[in-house]
Amino acid sequence: MKTNRFWAWLTFALGAAYFIVPLLATFEFSLRMRRGTYSFDAYASVFADPYFVSSFGYSVVIGLVTIVVGVLVVVPAVYFVRLRMPWLRPFMEFITLLPLVIPALVLVYGYIRLYNSSSIIPFTGSALGTDILLTGAYVTLALPYMYRAVDNGMRTIDIGTLTEAAQIMGANQAQIIGRIILPNILVAILSGAFLTFAIVIGEFTIASLLNRPAFGPYLVGIGTNRAYEPAALAIISFIITWGAMGMINVLGRFAPRTSARTD
Amino acid sequence: MAFLDVQNLTKTFGQTTVVKGVSFAFDKGEFISLLGPSGCGKTTILRMIAGFERPTSGSIEVDGRDITHLKPNQRQLGMVFQAYALFPNLNVGDNIGFGLKIAGMPAEQRRARIDEMLKLIGLAGFDKRYPYELSGGQQQRVALARAIAPRPRMLLLDEPLSALDAKIRVSLREEIRAIQLDLGITTVFVTHDQEEALSISDRIVVMNAGNIEQLGAPHEIYNKPATRFVATFVGQLNTIEATVLDAAARTVSIDGQAATVPALPATADNGSAVSLTLRPEVLSVGARQGNDITLSGTIADVTFLGSVIRLRITLGSNLLSLDTFNDQRTAPPARGEKVTVSLASKDLLVL
Repeated sequence: MKTNRFWAWLTFALGAAYFIVPLLATFEFSLRMRRGTYSFDAYASVFADPYFVSSFGYSVVIGLVTIVVGVLVVVPAVYFVRLRMPWLRPFMEFITLLPLVIPALVLVYGYIRLYNSSSIIPFTGSALGTDILLTGAYVTLALPYMYRAVDNGMRTIDIGTLTEAAQIMGANQAQIIGRIILPNILVAILSGAFLTFAIVIGEFTIASLLNRPAFGPYLVGIGTNRAYEPAALAIISFIITWGAMGMINVLGRFAPRTSARTD
Repeated sequence: MAFLDVQNLTKTFGQTTVVKGVSFAFDKGEFISLLGPSGCGKTTILRMIAGFERPTSGSIEVDGRDITHLKPNQRQLGMVFQAYALFPNLNVGDNIGFGLKIAGMPAEQRRARIDEMLKLIGLAGFDKRYPYELSGGQQQRVALARAIAPRPRMLLLDEPLSALDAKIRVSLREEIRAIQLDLGITTVFVTHDQEEALSISDRIVVMNAGNIEQLGAPHEIYNKPATRFVATFVGQLNTIEATVLDAAARTVSIDGQAATVPALPATADNGSAVSLTLRPEVLSVGARQGNDITLSGTIADVTFLGSVIRLRITLGSNLLSLDTFNDQRTAPPARGEKVTVSLASKDLLVL
């Protein structure tokens, strides 16, 4: 028994080290900007860079809009498919997996061909139009995660009966989705939202090819020009991602509890 | 005029017709049970009244108004579901107040109505609790309060007691009946439990395979079952094989004894075999005044049910079930014992 535990712990330690050692090394390196001593100079330099603030701010805004649009598209779609057209589910599964199969590069070249400034719908002709295009691309990229999160959320509640219970009391479709379905799957939606946010914050290909001042292209630019700042940025990115994951866990505690009892 | 008037209601799913031209009419304030085995169409009828299923043909009128093609949210009905279906994100007060809020009732009036409802179901002070903090019985009472809070024109109950423990089931059904009588609200109750239907209904619709087998008061259904299905589905039933002696005089021979029965099938000829049926409680052990037929047999099985002892008795080729009260001073009969049982020929049913 004791040996079993020893091997289990050893495997765990090796696995953990595989992730933690490079992270520690990166962190240590990020502190060595000032010769001979540890300092947070690299972090100060990053935060003092106006491009950091503007590109990060830009990506946060695009990320939030992506989440809102994603929720507005996915929640009603999943709700109606589960309620009225369950036979469409395999098809939905397939469609929402496509963004994982088709490279972002293919997507963005398609967009540029379709929506260039000399096309019928010249989205790329203006900054706002390109931002809309970028948001659309991110909604698509995040679809596999948002769809699965929302679908799992709806699986945990009996949407059919809850819908009927609300309907017989006079509620219309919008009231049912807004007052009953959405609040009950809020935690699932938030976990989908944080994943969406994490994707948008680090995305490079689409933002770069559409020439938008997003955080992804900024990260890559810094990486090719500076020594210590990229390490500091990597650590900052990790903290943001972990913060998002932590939020998913914290919010999980507020998930609706099952109440099927017989007593 | 009838308050709930259902005419020629039919529902077809693909190739299967689950409700076959059902018609019934009930008065205001009646407690109606739709009783039948699973798949008999009772739930489909309730769902058509609620508006969740569209009838293939036929009409539904409530209080003189045709509601056949209205959406569920336009029908002003209340419904309680088997799975409680309380909104998990809302507390008890908000659950009960949901329909009132949708109807646009001002907050103060809503508050008063919620308190009134909580008192009615005996859960005063529970308004801030969430559904998961309540027992099943409490949740179903909240669901009942939520259904009647907006003063619906009719209350629909879809097997509301099926998910509950036996004890709670009995106490809650009495509570539902008391509240229904108190409010005088017309109620349609779907159940597959005959005891439930018999104990709380004004009238029962017994259904089988999409058709109505019998419609009547509980005692009529039990004492005068119209069909063999009703007789076997509602309560226990014994079958005795007999030979017709004289069809015109309605005399038969049971185990060599002549008896006059209340009725015989039109097809019965002299000398043909007929099946007679009777309830377990009309048989008694030993002779009893008024019983004109005595049969002797052997006890095949004894089931002790507390106040009642159920005996299974072999009588020639027949196996009869007999209920007798428990007598605290004597031990119940033993298996293999020889007994005589008696019955009154007027209690025999011919189905």
